[in-house]
Amino acid sequence: MYQYDRFDQAMVDARVEEFRDQCQRRIEGKLTEDQFKPLRLMNGLYLQLHAYMLRVAIPYGTLSGPQMRALGDIADRFDRKYGHFTTRQNIQYNWIKLEEAPDILAALAKVEMHAIQTSGNCIRNISSDHFAGAAADEVTDPRPYAELLRQWSSFHPEFSYLPRKFKFAVIASETDRAAMRLHDIGINIVRGHNGDLGAAVYVGGGMGRTPMIAPLIRDFVPLDQLVTYAEACLRVYNRYGRRDNKYKARIKILVHELGAEEYTRQVEAEFAHLLAQNIEPPIAELERIKAHFAQPAFMPGDVETSQPDVGDGKFAVWVDRNTHPHKQSGYASAVISLKPVGGIPGDATSDQMRLMAALGEQYSFNELRVTHTQNIVLPHVRKADLFALWQQLEAAGLGTANLDQVGDIIACPGLDYCSLANARSIPVAQRISERFAANGKGDTLGELKLKISGCINACGHHHAGHIGILGVDRKGVENYQLLLGGSEAQDTSLGKITGPGFSEDGIIDAVETAADVYLRERQDGERFLDTYRRIGMDPFKEALYG
Amino acid sequence: MIILTGNDLKSGAVVWWAGVDWSLHVAEAVDVGDQAASIAAREEAARRVNAPYSIDALRDENGVRPAHIKDRIRALGPTVRPDLTLKPADPEAGNWVI
Amino acid sequence: MADALRFRTDNAVDHPAVTVDAYLEQSNASAVRIEPGDDARDLLPHLGHIRLVEINFPAFGDGRGYSAARVLREAGYTGEIRAVGDVLVDQIAYLRRCGFDAFEPDQPLDPSDVKMALARWPDVYQSAADGRVPIWSQRHG
Repeated sequence: MYQYDRFDQAMVDARVEEFRDQCQRRIEGKLTEDQFKPLRLMNGLYLQLHAYMLRVAIPYGTLSGPQMRALGDIADRFDRKYGHFTTRQNIQYNWIKLEEAPDILAALAKVEMHAIQTSGNCIRNISSDHFAGAAADEVTDPRPYAELLRQWSSFHPEFSYLPRKFKFAVIASETDRAAMRLHDIGINIVRGHNGDLGAAVYVGGGMGRTPMIAPLIRDFVPLDQLVTYAEACLRVYNRYGRRDNKYKARIKILVHELGAEEYTRQVEAEFAHLLAQNIEPPIAELERIKAHFAQPAFMPGDVETSQPDVGDGKFAVWVDRNTHPHKQSGYASAVISLKPVGGIPGDATSDQMRLMAALGEQYSFNELRVTHTQNIVLPHVRKADLFALWQQLEAAGLGTANLDQVGDIIACPGLDYCSLANARSIPVAQRISERFAANGKGDTLGELKLKISGCINACGHHHAGHIGILGVDRKGVENYQLLLGGSEAQDTSLGKITGPGFSEDGIIDAVETAADVYLRERQDGERFLDTYRRIGMDPFKEALYG
Repeated sequence: MIILTGNDLKSGAVVWWAGVDWSLHVAEAVDVGDQAASIAAREEAARRVNAPYSIDALRDENGVRPAHIKDRIRALGPTVRPDLTLKPADPEAGNWVI
Repeated sequence: MADALRFRTDNAVDHPAVTVDAYLEQSNASAVRIEPGDDARDLLPHLGHIRLVEINFPAFGDGRGYSAARVLREAGYTGEIRAVGDVLVDQIAYLRRCGFDAFEPDQPLDPSDVKMALARWPDVYQSAADGRVPIWSQRHG
């Protein structure tokens, strides 16, 4: 994986000192909150319901054992012994003191991590496929391109005061595991007609109050023009994105109002202009970064002899649900579920973080990944080691076998932590996972992606859930809308609201009712989403409201 | 009654205006009447509080109850982590929020 | 105008800047002021006659002025680009990178704070309008 050189380290260290100075000026009264707010946000520091919250970037979701261990140690030293992994492959600490924030950034810098641009109207942490570099189906490892864009976007002088936040996702396979088309810019690294790699660029996707699926605006950008093309996309947005209304300021609105064709025309004109400005990094830089992502020294694989003995029933289920095919025979990617029955989705204790760090070092070539579904991946595990790994996970409460099942719920922090939320998300997730564990239906439903947001900002990706739940405030009382039919995969679609909302008790029943309709109507091999797409909303409405 | 709340500038802790100083406990909040804006401006300028705002609340036998659930959660702590709230030993504390 | 913090040695223009619309209607002035909604490219045919472009930031969070300055520099404009309005020391380093070489904010800047802010970054990641050699070029000498 990528390692800082002296340049990267110096930049991160300089940022720590800059923020230390800014915090000091705020505490001394030289900066007002209005002036300080955008500065702290660009360092990931929010003021939330109960305290300051710090969002730490995990670039393209990749981290080493020592980095994961450092995250656990920070939770002990500066927070309350836990952290929350988010839908953008970040980690959030909920109980941060302003005075200590610069020390946390310094602790992060020691392990080549940072909180740079994890908030604010700038280019945010770049997300990627959590199986990158391991997935059997990828064209190439997308992370070198994400790292190149990370450097380009860090401290970008022109694009740090954009109309609104800006999120990239970079993938490199037909299967989309990163909700690529629901980002401001989604990049899919593809192989062109001549065999060369290039970038298919989608612009103007997003969730929030106006969810949109990004249109393709260019099917192939040569990789030695990628940064220039991104610069052109951003410049058109910075100049012409709306600034009169915060809710219409994302690039999706610009692309929608101009039309994809006109936006593309403007980008192409700017691109032609910028090509003459020679702003592209040398291709040798891409090669340098790629060398950091060289394949680990896999042992020669033999699929037949290295298949684990799946005698234990629980272990067999875990292997079936929580491992993913690896490009190297004899290996698999293992997913550690942070969704125990009744647990808080995405939360991990400092002890769990340290254990996962050790397991990553022992079994996965010192690599871990954070998924946008709020789980942790050990990308490169020998199949022969899976049983030993699973036993240790089980003992630590991390062995839940529910990947992509109804219990693998995405949930934003909601009104328990977030000052923007209108309703709580976590208790709803807890009760749904408990309900489906208790009634046994969870094991019969197969793949069912359930996503819960506590407000219209959609951090819980409710638009993209096979079943989505949106918490709203109805005259001071929490109320929940139900959506069906969303997908964030390569068959991206936006969920539709079923009808009137439900109380907290009511939404738990409603989800079970929707699941029952599926169980009744499904045909061979159909997932919940497939059945919904075939039979439509009416049978669900009938069962929910009839 | 109208009460004033915000976060402590340095620690970020939720605080309530208790007449002469800020308190961690909503039960100690006082009615600020029409003085919310002036107290908030003064305390913010003195950098004792961040992002102050006033809310409606009711005084009852259990103390002071903010009118909106968001502020009741601020007053107690996250309902999903009773161990981290101001009343970790009280299993019924979460019911006060709802 | 004597208060402007300038990073150039020529004499400052001593008459007020006119709006872009006014400039385009009668182009005798040598100083123009760009507001956030103006298109800096409208000035490109006239750059030879302009000695000062003021770019106004009514609010520091409105970043259109950064693009305006770069567009002018990319077109070869070598005159003064002055940031006016709500400009804070925390934006100075980025503004310099985009081609601003003078500052006259509503709230005067403390020169020592400016010096510290400009010395903060040992290197830069990207090519911009200031000619600094980006890290990715330094790596490959």
